[in-house]
Amino acid sequence: MPEIMEIIDLNSFLTPYLGQNAWVPGAVLFASWETIYMVFLSTLASYLIGMPLAIILVTSDEGQILENPQLNKILGSIINAARSLPFIILLILAIPFTRWVVGTSIGTVASIIPLSLAAIPFVARLVETSLKEIDWGLIEAALSMGASNWEIIRKVLIPEALPSIILGVAITAINLVGYSAMAGVLGGGGLGTLAYYHGYMRYQTAIMWITVVVLIVIVQGIQVLGNKAASNVINKRR
Amino acid sequence: MIEISNLTKIYGSSEQEVVALKDVNLYIKKGEIFGIIGLSGAGKSTLIRCINMLEKPSRGSIVVDGQAIGSLDAGKLRQVRQKIGMIFQHFNLLSSRNVFDNIMFPLEIAKVPHQEAQKKVDELLELVGLSDKARVYPEQLSGGQKQRVGIARALANDPKVLLSDEATSALDPQTTRSILKLLKDINRQLGLTIVLITHDMNVIKECCDRVAVINNSTIVEVGDVLNIFSNPGTPTSRSFINSIVNKDIPEEILHREALNHGGAASKLVRVSFIGESAGEPIISTMLQKYDIKANILYGNIDRVKDTPFGNLTLELMGSPALINDAMSFLQEYGLEVEVLNYAGNNGDY
Repeated sequence: MPEIMEIIDLNSFLTPYLGQNAWVPGAVLFASWETIYMVFLSTLASYLIGMPLAIILVTSDEGQILENPQLNKILGSIINAARSLPFIILLILAIPFTRWVVGTSIGTVASIIPLSLAAIPFVARLVETSLKEIDWGLIEAALSMGASNWEIIRKVLIPEALPSIILGVAITAINLVGYSAMAGVLGGGGLGTLAYYHGYMRYQTAIMWITVVVLIVIVQGIQVLGNKAASNVINKRR
Repeated sequence: MIEISNLTKIYGSSEQEVVALKDVNLYIKKGEIFGIIGLSGAGKSTLIRCINMLEKPSRGSIVVDGQAIGSLDAGKLRQVRQKIGMIFQHFNLLSSRNVFDNIMFPLEIAKVPHQEAQKKVDELLELVGLSDKARVYPEQLSGGQKQRVGIARALANDPKVLLSDEATSALDPQTTRSILKLLKDINRQLGLTIVLITHDMNVIKECCDRVAVINNSTIVEVGDVLNIFSNPGTPTSRSFINSIVNKDIPEEILHREALNHGGAASKLVRVSFIGESAGEPIISTMLQKYDIKANILYGNIDRVKDTPFGNLTLELMGSPALINDAMSFLQEYGLEVEVLNYAGNNGDY
Protein backbone atom coordinates (compact mmCIF):
# COMPACT_ATOMS: atom_id res chain seq x y z
CA MET A 1 0.00 0.00 0.00
CA PRO A 2 1.71 3.19 -1.09
CA GLU A 3 -0.14 5.31 1.48
CA ILE A 4 1.26 3.39 4.41
CA MET A 5 4.65 3.38 2.84
CA GLU A 6 4.48 7.10 2.64
CA ILE A 7 3.50 7.55 6.24
CA ILE A 8 6.49 5.56 7.30
CA ASP A 9 8.50 7.50 4.82
CA LEU A 10 7.25 10.74 6.26
CA ASN A 11 8.27 9.83 9.78
CA SER A 12 11.79 8.92 8.85
CA PHE A 13 11.88 11.97 6.72
CA LEU A 14 10.99 14.22 9.64
CA THR A 15 13.63 12.90 11.99
CA PRO A 16 16.50 14.98 10.66
CA TYR A 17 14.54 18.11 11.54
CA LEU A 18 13.79 17.56 15.20
CA GLY A 19 13.99 14.35 17.06
CA GLN A 20 13.34 14.23 20.76
CA ASN A 21 16.48 16.13 21.70
CA ALA A 22 17.48 17.65 18.41
CA TRP A 23 19.44 20.81 18.15
CA VAL A 24 17.09 23.54 16.92
CA PRO A 25 19.58 25.72 14.99
CA GLY A 26 20.79 22.65 13.13
CA ALA A 27 17.25 21.73 12.11
CA VAL A 28 16.56 25.27 10.90
CA LEU A 29 19.77 25.35 8.90
CA PHE A 30 19.00 22.00 7.34
CA ALA A 31 15.45 23.05 6.41
CA SER A 32 16.72 26.35 4.99
CA TRP A 33 19.21 24.51 2.85
CA GLU A 34 16.43 22.27 1.57
CA THR A 35 14.27 25.27 0.70
CA ILE A 36 17.09 26.99 -1.15
CA TYR A 37 17.92 23.75 -2.95
CA MET A 38 14.31 23.21 -4.05
CA VAL A 39 13.83 26.81 -5.12
CA PHE A 40 17.10 26.92 -7.01
CA LEU A 41 16.51 23.72 -8.96
CA SER A 42 12.85 24.42 -9.71
CA THR A 43 13.69 27.96 -10.87
CA LEU A 44 16.34 26.52 -13.14
CA ALA A 45 14.00 23.84 -14.49
CA SER A 46 11.16 26.31 -15.03
CA TYR A 47 13.42 28.64 -17.03
CA LEU A 48 14.82 25.80 -19.10
CA ILE A 49 11.29 25.02 -20.25
CA GLY A 50 9.48 28.35 -19.72
CA MET A 51 11.96 30.48 -21.60
CA PRO A 52 11.66 28.60 -24.92
CA LEU A 53 7.88 28.72 -24.48
CA ALA A 54 8.09 32.49 -24.00
CA ILE A 55 10.19 32.82 -27.14
CA ILE A 56 7.65 30.77 -29.09
CA LEU A 57 4.83 32.90 -27.67
CA VAL A 58 6.47 36.16 -28.69
CA THR A 59 7.82 35.17 -32.08
CA SER A 60 4.67 33.36 -33.20
CA ASP A 61 2.49 36.37 -32.47
CA GLU A 62 0.93 38.35 -35.30
CA GLY A 63 3.45 40.29 -37.36
CA GLN A 64 6.43 38.69 -35.61
CA ILE A 65 9.31 36.76 -37.16
CA LEU A 66 7.75 33.29 -36.81
CA GLU A 67 4.16 34.39 -37.15
CA ASN A 68 1.85 31.45 -36.48
CA PRO A 69 -1.47 32.59 -35.01
CA GLN A 70 -2.78 29.07 -34.49
CA LEU A 71 0.22 27.87 -32.52
CA ASN A 72 0.22 31.13 -30.59
CA LYS A 73 -3.41 30.74 -29.63
CA ILE A 74 -3.11 27.10 -28.58
CA LEU A 75 0.05 27.67 -26.55
CA GLY A 76 -1.47 30.77 -24.96
CA SER A 77 -4.58 28.86 -23.89
CA ILE A 78 -2.57 25.99 -22.42
CA ILE A 79 -0.48 28.44 -20.43
CA ASN A 80 -3.57 30.26 -19.21
CA ALA A 81 -5.19 27.01 -18.17
CA ALA A 82 -2.08 25.91 -16.31
CA ARG A 83 -1.84 29.26 -14.57
CA SER A 84 -5.44 29.21 -13.45
CA LEU A 85 -4.81 26.06 -11.43
CA PRO A 86 -4.25 26.87 -7.73
CA PHE A 87 -0.89 25.54 -6.59
CA ILE A 88 -2.36 23.45 -3.80
CA ILE A 89 -4.52 21.62 -6.36
CA LEU A 90 -1.61 21.20 -8.73
CA LEU A 91 0.42 19.70 -5.91
CA ILE A 92 -2.17 16.98 -5.44
CA LEU A 93 -2.87 16.46 -9.14
CA ALA A 94 0.83 16.13 -9.83
CA ILE A 95 1.40 13.33 -7.29
CA PRO A 96 1.13 10.44 -9.79
CA PHE A 97 3.36 12.23 -12.26
CA THR A 98 5.91 13.04 -9.56
CA ARG A 99 5.89 9.46 -8.38
CA TRP A 100 6.41 8.30 -11.92
CA VAL A 101 9.38 10.62 -12.43
CA VAL A 102 11.25 10.39 -9.11
CA GLY A 103 9.67 7.31 -7.55
CA THR A 104 8.14 9.09 -4.58
CA SER A 105 5.95 12.11 -3.90
CA ILE A 106 7.63 12.94 -0.60
CA GLY A 107 10.78 14.96 -0.02
CA THR A 108 12.70 17.78 -1.59
CA VAL A 109 13.53 16.07 -4.87
CA ALA A 110 9.88 15.16 -5.33
CA SER A 111 8.82 18.75 -4.59
CA ILE A 112 10.88 20.09 -7.46
CA ILE A 113 8.45 18.51 -9.93
CA PRO A 114 5.23 20.31 -8.89
CA LEU A 115 7.17 23.51 -8.16
CA SER A 116 8.61 23.51 -11.67
CA LEU A 117 5.24 22.63 -13.19
CA ALA A 118 3.68 25.59 -11.42
CA ALA A 119 6.45 27.98 -12.39
CA ILE A 120 6.76 27.06 -16.08
CA PRO A 121 3.62 28.87 -17.29
CA PHE A 122 4.39 31.77 -14.95
CA VAL A 123 7.92 32.05 -16.36
CA ALA A 124 6.57 31.81 -19.90
CA ARG A 125 4.32 34.84 -19.33
CA LEU A 126 6.97 36.75 -17.39
CA VAL A 127 9.67 36.31 -20.03
CA GLU A 128 7.09 37.00 -22.72
CA THR A 129 6.46 40.40 -21.14
CA SER A 130 10.20 41.11 -21.04
CA LEU A 131 10.67 40.14 -24.69
CA LYS A 132 7.66 42.13 -25.81
CA GLU A 133 9.23 45.33 -24.53
CA ILE A 134 11.82 45.15 -27.28
CA ASP A 135 11.20 47.70 -30.00
CA TRP A 136 10.21 46.10 -33.30
CA GLY A 137 12.70 48.49 -34.93
CA LEU A 138 15.59 46.45 -33.52
CA ILE A 139 14.22 43.28 -35.06
CA GLU A 140 13.59 45.09 -38.30
CA ALA A 141 17.18 46.37 -38.31
CA ALA A 142 18.49 42.84 -37.76
CA LEU A 143 16.24 41.52 -40.55
CA SER A 144 17.51 44.24 -42.87
CA MET A 145 21.06 42.98 -42.26
CA GLY A 146 20.06 39.49 -43.27
CA ALA A 147 19.88 37.97 -39.79
CA SER A 148 18.19 34.59 -39.44
CA ASN A 149 15.39 34.08 -36.93
CA TRP A 150 17.73 32.18 -34.64
CA GLU A 151 20.26 35.02 -34.78
CA ILE A 152 17.51 37.50 -33.93
CA ILE A 153 16.48 35.42 -30.91
CA ARG A 154 20.02 34.88 -29.71
CA LYS A 155 21.63 38.21 -30.53
CA VAL A 156 18.76 40.67 -30.29
CA LEU A 157 15.81 39.43 -28.23
CA ILE A 158 17.59 37.77 -25.32
CA PRO A 159 20.50 40.20 -24.82
CA GLU A 160 18.23 43.23 -25.15
CA ALA A 161 15.72 41.85 -22.65
CA LEU A 162 18.37 40.49 -20.27
CA PRO A 163 18.02 43.00 -17.39
CA SER A 164 14.28 42.51 -17.37
CA ILE A 165 14.63 38.72 -17.60
CA ILE A 166 17.00 38.72 -14.61
CA LEU A 167 14.49 40.66 -12.52
CA GLY A 168 11.91 38.08 -13.57
CA VAL A 169 14.13 35.30 -12.25
CA ALA A 170 14.10 36.97 -8.83
CA ILE A 171 10.30 37.28 -8.92
CA THR A 172 9.97 33.62 -9.91
CA ALA A 173 12.36 32.41 -7.22
CA ILE A 174 10.53 34.43 -4.56
CA ASN A 175 7.21 32.99 -5.67
CA LEU A 176 8.73 29.54 -5.49
CA VAL A 177 9.87 30.15 -1.91
CA GLY A 178 6.20 30.66 -1.06
CA TYR A 179 5.09 27.65 -3.07
CA SER A 180 7.79 25.49 -1.52
CA ALA A 181 6.33 26.16 1.92
CA MET A 182 2.99 24.90 0.66
CA ALA A 183 4.68 21.83 -0.74
CA GLY A 184 6.37 21.46 2.62
CA VAL A 185 3.01 21.07 4.32
CA LEU A 186 2.31 18.13 2.04
CA GLY A 187 5.62 16.51 2.97
CA GLY A 188 7.77 18.41 0.57
CA GLY A 189 10.59 19.24 2.96
CA GLY A 190 12.26 22.50 3.72
CA LEU A 191 11.12 25.33 5.95
CA GLY A 192 7.44 24.63 5.20
CA THR A 193 7.67 21.17 6.68
CA LEU A 194 9.54 22.46 9.71
CA ALA A 195 7.03 25.21 10.35
CA TYR A 196 3.99 23.02 9.86
CA TYR A 197 4.95 19.80 11.60
CA HIS A 198 6.88 21.37 14.45
CA GLY A 199 5.80 24.97 14.70
CA TYR A 200 2.10 24.28 14.17
CA MET A 201 1.34 20.59 14.90
CA ARG A 202 3.60 20.39 17.94
CA TYR A 203 2.98 23.93 19.19
CA GLN A 204 6.65 24.84 18.97
CA THR A 205 5.85 28.52 18.40
CA ALA A 206 9.48 29.59 18.57
CA ILE A 207 10.26 27.39 15.58
CA MET A 208 7.37 28.94 13.68
CA TRP A 209 8.78 32.41 14.24
CA ILE A 210 12.33 31.43 13.42
CA THR A 211 11.04 29.98 10.15
CA VAL A 212 9.27 33.24 9.34
CA VAL A 213 12.44 35.24 9.96
CA VAL A 214 14.54 32.88 7.86
CA LEU A 215 12.01 33.08 5.02
CA ILE A 216 12.13 36.87 5.13
CA VAL A 217 15.91 36.75 4.94
CA ILE A 218 15.86 34.34 2.00
CA VAL A 219 13.32 36.42 0.07
CA GLN A 220 15.24 39.63 0.75
CA GLY A 221 18.45 37.94 -0.31
CA ILE A 222 16.98 36.79 -3.61
CA GLN A 223 15.58 40.25 -4.39
CA VAL A 224 18.85 41.99 -3.55
CA LEU A 225 20.80 39.54 -5.71
CA GLY A 226 18.35 39.96 -8.58
CA ASN A 227 18.43 43.74 -8.41
CA LYS A 228 22.19 43.74 -8.27
CA ALA A 229 22.59 41.39 -11.19
CA ALA A 230 20.15 43.41 -13.30
CA SER A 231 21.70 46.75 -12.48
CA ASN A 232 25.16 45.34 -13.18
CA VAL A 233 24.03 44.52 -16.70
CA ILE A 234 22.35 47.90 -17.13
CA ASN A 235 25.30 49.85 -15.75
CA LYS A 236 27.70 48.09 -18.05
CA ARG A 237 25.64 49.46 -20.95
CA ARG A 238 25.81 53.03 -19.77
CA MET B 1 20.10 49.62 -59.98
CA ILE B 2 16.59 49.30 -58.61
CA GLU B 3 13.62 48.68 -60.82
CA ILE B 4 10.18 48.74 -59.29
CA SER B 5 7.31 47.73 -61.54
CA ASN B 6 3.59 47.81 -60.83
CA LEU B 7 4.22 47.53 -57.12
CA THR B 8 1.02 47.28 -55.11
CA LYS B 9 0.75 46.65 -51.41
CA ILE B 10 -2.55 45.96 -49.70
CA TYR B 11 -2.86 45.43 -45.97
CA GLY B 12 -5.61 43.67 -44.13
CA SER B 13 -8.27 41.18 -45.10
CA SER B 14 -10.41 41.25 -48.21
CA GLU B 15 -13.30 42.92 -46.37
CA GLN B 16 -11.15 45.60 -44.84
CA GLU B 17 -8.50 46.45 -47.36
CA VAL B 18 -6.05 49.26 -46.87
CA VAL B 19 -4.14 50.11 -50.01
CA ALA B 20 -0.68 51.32 -49.02
CA LEU B 21 0.81 51.41 -52.51
CA LYS B 22 -0.91 51.45 -55.85
CA ASP B 23 0.87 50.58 -59.10
CA VAL B 24 4.19 52.16 -58.27
CA ASN B 25 6.78 52.24 -61.03
CA LEU B 26 10.24 53.63 -60.36
CA TYR B 27 13.68 53.29 -61.79
CA ILE B 28 16.58 54.24 -59.56
CA LYS B 29 19.92 54.67 -61.25
CA LYS B 30 23.23 53.35 -60.03
CA GLY B 31 25.14 55.87 -57.93
CA GLU B 32 22.39 58.43 -57.50
CA ILE B 33 20.77 59.76 -54.36
CA PHE B 34 17.09 59.21 -54.91
CA GLY B 35 14.58 60.85 -52.62
CA ILE B 36 11.00 59.83 -52.00
CA ILE B 37 8.96 62.52 -50.34
CA GLY B 38 5.45 62.28 -48.98
CA LEU B 39 3.34 63.10 -45.98
CA SER B 40 2.92 60.52 -43.24
CA GLY B 41 0.57 57.82 -44.41
CA ALA B 42 1.37 58.43 -48.06
CA GLY B 43 3.02 55.01 -48.36
CA LYS B 44 6.69 55.97 -48.51
CA SER B 45 7.61 53.84 -45.53
CA THR B 46 5.99 50.78 -47.09
CA LEU B 47 7.68 51.54 -50.39
CA ILE B 48 11.20 51.63 -48.98
CA ARG B 49 10.53 48.45 -47.00
CA CYS B 50 9.49 46.63 -50.15
CA ILE B 51 12.97 47.24 -51.58
CA ASN B 52 14.51 44.85 -49.03
CA MET B 53 11.36 42.77 -48.55
CA LEU B 54 10.73 43.86 -44.97
CA GLU B 55 7.27 44.24 -46.51
CA LYS B 56 6.13 41.67 -49.02
CA PRO B 57 4.51 43.30 -52.05
CA SER B 58 0.99 42.16 -52.87
CA ARG B 59 1.66 42.56 -56.59
CA GLY B 60 4.44 43.74 -58.83
CA SER B 61 8.16 43.13 -59.01
CA ILE B 62 11.31 44.63 -57.60
CA VAL B 63 14.68 44.08 -59.21
CA VAL B 64 17.78 45.12 -57.26
CA ASP B 65 21.07 44.94 -59.11
CA GLY B 66 19.67 42.57 -61.70
CA GLN B 67 18.05 40.25 -59.18
CA ALA B 68 14.31 39.89 -58.79
CA ILE B 69 14.00 39.77 -55.03
CA GLY B 70 10.33 38.92 -54.70
CA SER B 71 10.75 35.26 -55.52
CA LEU B 72 13.86 34.45 -53.45
CA ASP B 73 13.78 31.77 -50.78
CA ALA B 74 14.53 32.80 -47.20
CA GLY B 75 18.23 31.93 -47.28
CA LYS B 76 18.92 33.71 -50.54
CA LEU B 77 16.92 36.72 -49.40
CA ARG B 78 19.10 36.99 -46.28
CA GLN B 79 22.19 37.03 -48.51
CA VAL B 80 20.71 39.73 -50.72
CA ARG B 81 19.78 41.80 -47.67
CA GLN B 82 23.41 41.81 -46.56
CA LYS B 83 24.11 43.88 -49.66
CA ILE B 84 21.30 46.36 -49.00
CA GLY B 85 22.14 48.57 -46.04
CA MET B 86 19.42 50.36 -44.12
CA ILE B 87 19.35 53.21 -41.62
CA PHE B 88 16.41 54.24 -39.49
CA GLN B 89 14.74 57.25 -37.94
CA HIS B 90 15.25 55.91 -34.43
CA PHE B 91 18.68 54.43 -35.22
CA ASN B 92 17.75 50.97 -33.85
CA LEU B 93 21.11 50.30 -32.26
CA LEU B 94 21.43 47.39 -29.84
CA SER B 95 21.72 48.73 -26.29
CA SER B 96 23.37 45.45 -25.29
CA ARG B 97 26.38 46.17 -27.48
CA ASN B 98 28.90 48.99 -27.58
CA VAL B 99 29.55 50.99 -30.73
CA PHE B 100 32.23 48.62 -31.98
CA ASP B 101 30.09 45.53 -31.46
CA ASN B 102 27.03 47.19 -33.01
CA ILE B 103 29.01 47.70 -36.20
CA MET B 104 30.33 44.16 -35.82
CA PHE B 105 26.78 42.76 -35.79
CA PRO B 106 26.15 42.64 -39.56
CA LEU B 107 29.64 41.20 -40.05
CA GLU B 108 28.82 38.40 -37.60
CA ILE B 109 25.65 37.72 -39.55
CA ALA B 110 27.64 37.58 -42.78
CA LYS B 111 30.11 35.20 -41.08
CA VAL B 112 33.09 37.41 -41.87
CA PRO B 113 36.26 36.05 -40.17
CA HIS B 114 36.83 37.81 -36.86
CA GLN B 115 40.11 39.55 -37.64
CA GLU B 116 38.95 40.79 -40.99
CA ALA B 117 35.74 42.03 -39.38
CA GLN B 118 37.61 43.94 -36.68
CA LYS B 119 39.70 45.68 -39.30
CA LYS B 120 36.54 46.58 -41.20
CA VAL B 121 34.90 48.03 -38.09
CA ASP B 122 37.95 50.20 -37.43
CA GLU B 123 37.80 51.52 -40.98
CA LEU B 124 34.10 52.28 -40.69
CA LEU B 125 34.58 54.06 -37.37
CA GLU B 126 37.15 56.21 -39.08
CA LEU B 127 34.80 56.89 -42.00
CA VAL B 128 32.02 58.16 -39.75
CA GLY B 129 34.42 59.95 -37.40
CA LEU B 130 33.76 57.95 -34.25
CA SER B 131 37.04 56.12 -33.71
CA ASP B 132 37.24 57.48 -30.17
CA LYS B 133 33.79 56.13 -29.27
CA ALA B 134 34.40 52.47 -30.14
CA ARG B 135 33.91 51.16 -26.58
CA VAL B 136 31.04 53.45 -25.67
CA TYR B 137 27.46 52.18 -25.41
CA PRO B 138 24.73 53.78 -27.53
CA GLU B 139 23.02 55.27 -24.48
CA GLN B 140 25.92 57.69 -24.09
CA LEU B 141 25.79 58.97 -27.66
CA SER B 142 23.96 61.98 -29.08
CA GLY B 143 21.38 61.49 -31.82
CA GLY B 144 23.80 62.47 -34.55
CA GLN B 145 26.45 60.09 -33.23
CA LYS B 146 23.91 57.28 -33.03
CA GLN B 147 22.98 57.82 -36.65
CA ARG B 148 26.66 57.75 -37.59
CA VAL B 149 26.93 54.36 -35.91
CA GLY B 150 23.79 53.34 -37.83
CA ILE B 151 25.42 54.42 -41.08
CA ALA B 152 28.66 52.58 -40.28
CA ARG B 153 26.66 49.47 -39.44
CA ALA B 154 24.68 49.72 -42.68
CA LEU B 155 27.91 49.97 -44.68
CA ALA B 156 29.67 47.06 -42.97
CA ASN B 157 29.02 44.49 -45.67
CA ASP B 158 29.84 46.85 -48.55
CA PRO B 159 26.26 47.19 -49.75
CA LYS B 160 25.32 48.26 -53.24
CA VAL B 161 22.32 50.19 -52.02
CA LEU B 162 21.67 52.18 -48.87
CA LEU B 163 18.07 52.66 -47.78
CA SER B 164 17.42 55.58 -45.49
CA ASP B 165 14.14 55.53 -43.60
CA GLU B 166 13.60 59.10 -42.33
CA ALA B 167 17.19 58.98 -41.06
CA THR B 168 17.29 62.64 -40.11
CA SER B 169 13.72 63.15 -38.89
CA ALA B 170 14.63 62.78 -35.24
CA LEU B 171 17.62 65.13 -35.46
CA ASP B 172 17.98 68.87 -35.09
CA PRO B 173 18.65 70.94 -38.24
CA GLN B 174 22.37 71.25 -37.68
CA THR B 175 22.87 67.55 -37.05
CA THR B 176 20.62 66.81 -40.02
CA ARG B 177 22.96 68.79 -42.24
CA SER B 178 26.02 66.96 -40.99
CA ILE B 179 24.39 63.56 -41.49
CA LEU B 180 23.25 64.53 -44.99
CA LYS B 181 26.77 65.70 -45.75
CA LEU B 182 28.09 62.33 -44.59
CA LEU B 183 25.60 60.57 -46.88
CA LYS B 184 26.68 62.76 -49.81
CA ASP B 185 30.34 62.00 -49.09
CA ILE B 186 29.66 58.28 -48.94
CA ASN B 187 27.68 58.47 -52.15
CA ARG B 188 30.60 60.17 -53.87
CA GLN B 189 33.43 58.16 -52.32
CA LEU B 190 31.89 54.72 -52.63
CA GLY B 191 29.59 55.31 -55.58
CA LEU B 192 26.81 53.95 -53.41
CA THR B 193 23.22 54.22 -54.57
CA ILE B 194 21.12 55.82 -51.83
CA VAL B 195 17.34 55.73 -51.59
CA LEU B 196 15.92 57.95 -48.89
CA ILE B 197 12.43 58.70 -47.75
CA THR B 198 11.51 61.88 -45.95
CA HIS B 199 8.70 64.31 -45.33
CA ASP B 200 11.15 67.20 -45.26
CA MET B 201 11.79 69.01 -48.53
CA ASN B 202 15.03 70.40 -47.06
CA VAL B 203 16.48 66.90 -47.07
CA ILE B 204 15.60 66.51 -50.76
CA LYS B 205 16.98 69.95 -51.54
CA GLU B 206 20.18 69.32 -49.61
CA CYS B 207 21.30 66.03 -51.09
CA CYS B 208 19.07 64.35 -53.68
CA ASP B 209 19.70 64.07 -57.40
CA ARG B 210 16.20 62.93 -58.26
CA VAL B 211 12.99 62.82 -56.34
CA ALA B 212 9.68 61.01 -56.46
CA VAL B 213 6.67 62.64 -54.86
CA ILE B 214 4.25 60.17 -53.32
CA ASN B 215 0.70 61.01 -52.37
CA ASN B 216 -2.22 58.76 -51.53
CA SER B 217 -0.29 55.58 -52.26
CA THR B 218 0.78 56.60 -55.75
CA ILE B 219 3.77 58.33 -57.24
CA VAL B 220 2.49 61.64 -58.55
CA GLU B 221 5.71 63.03 -59.93
CA VAL B 222 9.29 61.91 -60.58
CA GLY B 223 12.15 63.98 -61.85
CA ASP B 224 15.39 65.84 -61.25
CA VAL B 225 15.20 67.79 -58.03
CA LEU B 226 16.08 71.03 -59.83
CA ASN B 227 13.29 70.61 -62.36
CA ILE B 228 10.74 69.89 -59.69
CA PHE B 229 11.90 72.86 -57.68
CA SER B 230 11.66 75.23 -60.58
CA ASN B 231 8.59 73.73 -62.16
CA PRO B 232 6.55 71.54 -59.85
CA GLY B 233 3.95 69.67 -61.86
CA THR B 234 1.45 68.73 -59.16
CA PRO B 235 -0.18 70.49 -56.21
CA THR B 236 1.52 68.02 -53.83
CA SER B 237 4.96 68.90 -55.16
CA ARG B 238 4.11 72.59 -55.04
CA SER B 239 3.06 72.45 -51.43
CA PHE B 240 6.26 70.63 -50.45
CA ILE B 241 8.35 73.22 -52.23
CA ASN B 242 6.40 76.10 -50.75
CA SER B 243 7.04 74.61 -47.34
CA ILE B 244 10.68 75.61 -47.67
CA VAL B 245 10.88 78.20 -50.44
CA ASN B 246 8.93 81.28 -49.55
CA LYS B 247 7.14 82.25 -52.71
CA ASP B 248 4.17 83.93 -51.14
CA ILE B 249 3.86 87.58 -51.88
CA PRO B 250 2.80 89.61 -48.86
CA GLU B 251 -0.71 90.93 -49.41
CA GLU B 252 0.32 94.54 -48.84
CA ILE B 253 2.54 94.36 -51.87
CA LEU B 254 -0.25 93.17 -54.12
CA HIS B 255 -2.54 95.86 -52.76
CA ARG B 256 0.05 98.56 -53.01
CA GLU B 257 0.53 97.66 -56.63
CA ALA B 258 -3.18 97.92 -57.29
CA LEU B 259 -3.41 101.23 -55.49
CA ASN B 260 -0.54 102.98 -57.16
CA HIS B 261 -1.05 101.92 -60.66
CA GLY B 262 -4.66 101.01 -61.05
CA GLY B 263 -5.07 99.96 -64.63
CA ALA B 264 -1.76 101.54 -65.74
CA ALA B 265 0.91 99.53 -67.48
CA SER B 266 2.65 97.52 -64.82
CA LYS B 267 3.14 93.89 -64.24
CA LEU B 268 4.04 91.90 -61.18
CA VAL B 269 6.24 89.00 -62.22
CA ARG B 270 8.22 86.33 -60.51
CA VAL B 271 11.51 85.35 -62.09
CA SER B 272 13.06 82.04 -61.12
CA PHE B 273 16.64 81.25 -61.95
CA ILE B 274 18.75 78.14 -61.66
CA GLY B 275 22.42 77.40 -61.90
CA GLU B 276 24.83 79.62 -63.83
CA SER B 277 22.29 82.26 -64.69
CA ALA B 278 22.10 83.09 -61.02
CA GLY B 279 25.60 84.49 -61.33
CA GLU B 280 24.93 86.75 -64.33
CA PRO B 281 23.67 90.36 -64.30
CA ILE B 282 20.63 89.53 -66.43
CA ILE B 283 18.20 91.88 -64.74
CA SER B 284 20.42 94.92 -65.19
CA THR B 285 21.10 93.92 -68.82
CA MET B 286 17.35 93.75 -69.34
CA LEU B 287 16.84 97.19 -67.83
CA GLN B 288 19.53 98.69 -70.04
CA LYS B 289 18.13 97.06 -73.14
CA TYR B 290 14.47 97.91 -72.66
CA ASP B 291 13.11 101.23 -71.53
CA ILE B 292 11.23 99.96 -68.51
CA LYS B 293 11.57 100.29 -64.77
CA ALA B 294 11.84 97.47 -62.32
CA ASN B 295 11.01 97.54 -58.66
CA ILE B 296 12.39 94.62 -56.68
CA LEU B 297 9.76 93.61 -54.16
CA TYR B 298 11.00 90.34 -52.89
CA GLY B 299 13.75 87.85 -53.56
CA ASN B 300 15.61 84.90 -52.20
CA ILE B 301 18.37 82.59 -53.24
CA ASP B 302 18.97 79.06 -52.14
CA ARG B 303 20.83 75.93 -53.06
CA VAL B 304 19.47 72.70 -54.45
CA LYS B 305 22.14 70.11 -53.73
CA ASP B 306 25.09 72.05 -55.21
CA THR B 307 23.25 74.33 -57.59
CA PRO B 308 22.14 77.88 -56.79
CA PHE B 309 18.43 78.42 -57.19
CA GLY B 310 16.44 81.55 -56.56
CA ASN B 311 13.50 83.69 -57.32
CA LEU B 312 12.82 87.37 -57.52
CA THR B 313 9.52 89.20 -57.50
CA LEU B 314 9.64 92.28 -59.69
CA GLU B 315 7.21 94.98 -60.52
CA LEU B 316 7.84 95.95 -64.16
CA MET B 317 6.63 99.39 -65.23
CA GLY B 318 6.56 100.78 -68.75
CA SER B 319 4.74 100.23 -72.00
CA PRO B 320 3.04 96.84 -72.23
CA ALA B 321 4.86 95.93 -75.43
CA LEU B 322 8.26 96.61 -73.90
CA ILE B 323 7.35 94.68 -70.77
CA ASN B 324 6.44 91.70 -72.92
CA ASP B 325 9.69 91.99 -74.86
CA ALA B 326 11.65 92.20 -71.64
CA MET B 327 9.91 89.10 -70.37
CA SER B 328 10.79 87.10 -73.45
CA PHE B 329 14.35 88.36 -73.12
CA LEU B 330 14.49 86.82 -69.63
CA GLN B 331 12.98 83.59 -70.92
CA GLU B 332 15.64 83.42 -73.64
CA TYR B 333 18.21 83.32 -70.88
CA GLY B 334 16.51 80.29 -69.46
CA LEU B 335 14.79 82.08 -66.62
CA GLU B 336 11.32 81.08 -65.64
CA VAL B 337 8.94 84.07 -65.74
CA GLU B 338 5.54 83.96 -64.15
CA VAL B 339 2.99 86.82 -64.17
CA LEU B 340 1.43 87.29 -60.76
CA ASN B 341 -1.04 90.15 -60.97
CA TYR B 342 -4.04 88.55 -62.49
CA ALA B 343 -7.37 89.08 -60.83
CA GLY B 344 -7.83 87.94 -57.27
CA ASN B 345 -4.37 86.52 -57.00
CA ASN B 346 -3.10 86.42 -53.47
CA GLY B 347 -0.08 84.31 -54.08
CA ASP B 348 -1.71 81.26 -52.69
CA TYR B 349 -0.19 78.39 -54.61
